[in-house]
Amino acid sequence: MTAPLSPLSLGVNGRRVEVLAAPGRRLSEVLRADLGLTGTKVGCDAGDCGACTVLIDGAPRCACLTPLAQAAGREVLTVEGLDAAGFAPLKAAFLRHGAAQCGICTPGMLMAAAALLATNPRPAPAEAEAALGGVLCRCTGYRAIIAAVCDAHRRPLPGIPPAPGRAVGARLERLDGRPKVDGTESFGADLIPEGALLVRAVRSPHHAARFAFGDLAGWAARHGVRVFTAADIPGRNAFGTIPAFADQPALAEREVRLRGEAVALVAGEPAVVEALDLAAFPVTWEPLEPVLDPAPALAGGRTVLPLRPGNVLTRGRVARGDPEAALAAAARVAEVEVVTSFVEHAYIEPEAGVAWMEGETLVIRACTQAPVMDREETAKVLGLPEARVRIIPSATGGGFGSKLDLSLQPLIGLVALKTGRPARMVYTRAESMASTTKRHPARMRARIGADAGGRITGMLFEGVFDTGPYASWGPTVATRVPVHASGPYAVPAYRAETVAVHTNGAIGGAFRGFGVPQAAVVQETLFDDLALALGIDRLEFRRRNALRDGVPTVCGQVLRGVGIGACLDALVPHWRRALAEAERFNAQAQAQAQAPGQGLRRGVGVASCWYGCGNTALPNPSTIRLGITREGRIRLHQGATDIGQGANTVIAQIAADALGLPISRIDLVGPDTALTPDCGKTSASRQTFITGKAAMLAGQALRRQILALTNRGEAARIELEDGCLVVSDGQGAARIRLAALPEAGHGCVLLAEETYDPPTEPLDADGQGAPYAVYGWGAQMAEVEVDLALGTVRVLRITAAHDVGRAVNPLLAEGQIEGGIAQGLGMALMEEFLPGRTENLHDYLIPTAGDIPEIRPILLEVPDPEGPMGAKGLGEHVLIPTAPAILNAIRHASGARITRLPALPHRVRAAIREAAG
Amino acid sequence: MTDYLRPRTLDEALRLAAAGRVVPAAGCTDLFPATQAPALAGPILDLTGIEALRGIARGPGGWRIGALATWTEVARAALPPAFDGLRAAAREVGSVQIQNAGTVGGNLCNASPAADGVPCLLTLEAEVELASVRGTRRLPLPAFLTGPRQTARAADELLTAVVVPAAAGAGQGAFVKLGARRYLVISIAMVAARLEVADGRIARAAVAVGACSAVAARLPALEAALAGAPAGEAADRVVPDLVAPALAPISDVRADAAYRAEAAVELVRRALVRALPRQEAA
Repeated sequence: MTAPLSPLSLGVNGRRVEVLAAPGRRLSEVLRADLGLTGTKVGCDAGDCGACTVLIDGAPRCACLTPLAQAAGREVLTVEGLDAAGFAPLKAAFLRHGAAQCGICTPGMLMAAAALLATNPRPAPAEAEAALGGVLCRCTGYRAIIAAVCDAHRRPLPGIPPAPGRAVGARLERLDGRPKVDGTESFGADLIPEGALLVRAVRSPHHAARFAFGDLAGWAARHGVRVFTAADIPGRNAFGTIPAFADQPALAEREVRLRGEAVALVAGEPAVVEALDLAAFPVTWEPLEPVLDPAPALAGGRTVLPLRPGNVLTRGRVARGDPEAALAAAARVAEVEVVTSFVEHAYIEPEAGVAWMEGETLVIRACTQAPVMDREETAKVLGLPEARVRIIPSATGGGFGSKLDLSLQPLIGLVALKTGRPARMVYTRAESMASTTKRHPARMRARIGADAGGRITGMLFEGVFDTGPYASWGPTVATRVPVHASGPYAVPAYRAETVAVHTNGAIGGAFRGFGVPQAAVVQETLFDDLALALGIDRLEFRRRNALRDGVPTVCGQVLRGVGIGACLDALVPHWRRALAEAERFNAQAQAQAQAPGQGLRRGVGVASCWYGCGNTALPNPSTIRLGITREGRIRLHQGATDIGQGANTVIAQIAADALGLPISRIDLVGPDTALTPDCGKTSASRQTFITGKAAMLAGQALRRQILALTNRGEAARIELEDGCLVVSDGQGAARIRLAALPEAGHGCVLLAEETYDPPTEPLDADGQGAPYAVYGWGAQMAEVEVDLALGTVRVLRITAAHDVGRAVNPLLAEGQIEGGIAQGLGMALMEEFLPGRTENLHDYLIPTAGDIPEIRPILLEVPDPEGPMGAKGLGEHVLIPTAPAILNAIRHASGARITRLPALPHRVRAAIREAAG
Repeated sequence: MTDYLRPRTLDEALRLAAAGRVVPAAGCTDLFPATQAPALAGPILDLTGIEALRGIARGPGGWRIGALATWTEVARAALPPAFDGLRAAAREVGSVQIQNAGTVGGNLCNASPAADGVPCLLTLEAEVELASVRGTRRLPLPAFLTGPRQTARAADELLTAVVVPAAAGAGQGAFVKLGARRYLVISIAMVAARLEVADGRIARAAVAVGACSAVAARLPALEAALAGAPAGEAADRVVPDLVAPALAPISDVRADAAYRAEAAVELVRRALVRALPRQEAA
């Protein structure tokens, strides 16, 4: 039945093409690899994410599920063909509304939207939701996308660019947005160099096992491929995110400690390697009894990692005053135990990249949040000096913390180094989900006491965090949680203790909030308990206890620019309205003669957040280089990776205003470890604050240079015209001819470089000190509807008040809020990663376009004295209050006090039954 | 080189199916997710080139839904109210992208316990038509679906159509799906119902529950109890004892067994209310 291939003919974006490929090949592969149309993205290869959506004869289909043969003779439209098909206004609407953040889902979204608009040019939001329901987005929370689709029929006049010095505060479209809607943004998998070897990993099917290889050389020779194992690693086979804890092998040696851990690499010609059945790889497994729960791991269970007998990675502690005495004297004490699950980042871009040699230098181009750490750790594993490793971050299709850690960098690096050939690797969805980090599951117990007037008197908190077999960011979670578990409230007596425990589960790492979202569920549940017990309105209870300027935190730090009071105050009118509406709805529902336990009930919940920006009591500087070229362009060397959150735009806005020139003059350079100075990691909500401050300082320094050259004072105006800098004030104008200036380095004639490292103080044994220089604040209110008989929850609206100090770009800030809320909603209601059982995007659920309610962001600006132009971080804050606000709303609606996350329907139903007694 | 066959006629397809072991393929929405490879491993028998397997049509014996009818085509088809449940289910299968590719025949041959199309087809007394070079046979859907991912299709047979007998086209159909998110979700449980009401009383009830047993199941005890009942009381007549015996729910990542059993009862009530003629439901 086997026949030679004959070319198949199909129409692609209006052009007839002949393709010589297997008829059973995924159309997505054909478009990307054979036709070079990499605008079509692949997120799951299973129809679960819709990123590969194309139109076939006008109908949206997943290209990953379409065999080439079924596209033959038909007309395929991809993102690259949208302009010619008349959909340029849709793309413009996406940019206008901030509907593209990382951009990886954008082509799929655009295609699904185009199919809708072709028959329904002015859709209602519900129609847009239904049309987009098959495309997952992890960044935006969908509302901006839906708004863009509904608004695509409009042709607004182009916006007026902000005046010099007025970029900060402007709702600017993102500066790097155009390639995201054109489909030209180049993500990790999108660079496919001619002649590159394809690399695949052989991974453990067991949670824990010893293993031995068979005849590797024979197998490799038989298949015409190369095989690499830990024995080939020239350097130290242990990487990590915190040097003192580096413990994770790039390729396991003798023993695997989690499902999906890589033991060997296979590299060769793509056609050969992609066809290999890796189940037949010569490796034998001797399964070990896995340690999958922290409780037995702590109680004398088998040691997971010989380095750490007893399975304790690290402990965290913050203690202040005498909480036992405070609780004994309290008018009311509330107590709870909360259990949370592994949560998967579920970025739509699985890890991908290419490595190659440039002379003696190993170049790695891959998706990442931390290029400089990638260089340090990869160099160490491969036994190279750092100067011989160059990291060029590709566009990154979502990260949320997981792309901080190394994944494939040392693997493709090893193959390129050993073979001298470019080596390319693209994780499957399953291997991405199995092998990369997760949010730590936590088992947390706490007691909080309040006096009769509703003031918190003391709190005790204990949390056990499952950190999996390797350290990753476990120490950070163990440290951050005790610092933040009080919430943004004044708690005079406090002790919070955490332990990060090794198991054979998934690796617990960094995920937006570093453990704080889990802890917030505990504290905010108890606040509702106390408010209810004391008969105090739940929002009022929180306002009474809100931290204020001058009141010490649980770490004894006295802050200025505390914005939680402003956030809670901003919710007051919304809270009153929502309570009244819910009461009305429930009275009506009750009046309808339904059996008890039937019908719909509405509820309202509120929760807060605070979050320290930057590393906890550790240095984490950023350096920004800013220059002016002879041609009169401003060159911003921006080393902060923009994974969709908007650093490329926000940092440029700050730099432009500090310098006093129009942002339109700025060209971005980098990030690239060979070109840009270190801006640290895109992590810990630090880029706007720390890199932003470095940008402000660099802008100011460059401005000072210019003023000094012309002997003008601080108030002078600087303009760029005709290759000249024109500096003017009351004395008139002075001109600097740029071409006449000597080269100052990096292709610039004027150059400034500034570093900023936030001032913190180390924490003592009781966690007392100044862990962060800047905090951000927020409070969110959720309105939900619970179906009592089924335990299903529909979130109706979220009102989110966030103090950002200074909203550098309100459009992007709102995008962060909406996206964080979507992730918080997922954590509250549906997300539960079970190693070995939910390694795909149909068993592991994240919210779809139909699950995210109306979101009303409220941006507040309580300036921070340390932040650049008053700005504070926001990226992680936005996720923290969402889950507890939703859970408190469920309880208000139904009586169900949820203590096991996620609140899947069967858990809500059980809690309703329990509440009913 | 490839093992990919895409015949243009049914006869040719049947000859190929008889000549050696092939994997019949239509929308490929289950075949591709089952592999991580960039191409389907053969031998594949792609049926989508066979025009005769398309279409939804009324014939003398009832309605014939071609095996290649996509869920989008089902959702848009002009069909009587008895099919309203099936059309609603069609809009719940995966996403729009999946509905544009996935077929009725493929959904049945894949035999997932959570296949959204099955409960509705059970309430429509659907039969499947199986063809081979040996001839053509018809099986009632319950006889075709023999277990999770198991069917009575012989290796050389192809499912060519689903036939709904004329008598089953009477009454009002409804479908209710329960999942943990709005779109693209595998059901925790789902229920289809079809009620024939005459003079305010239920003349005939057909009710089926999916994702609560190895194969979606009709509820004969409940159907018997509903026969003759006043239409307005349909939901009130649903008690756990009339539902549970037909089901064998399991606990999985989506829900536990006890919840499924309880939710099935509630969903049956809701499906019955939706399957009432409008004035009865008011």
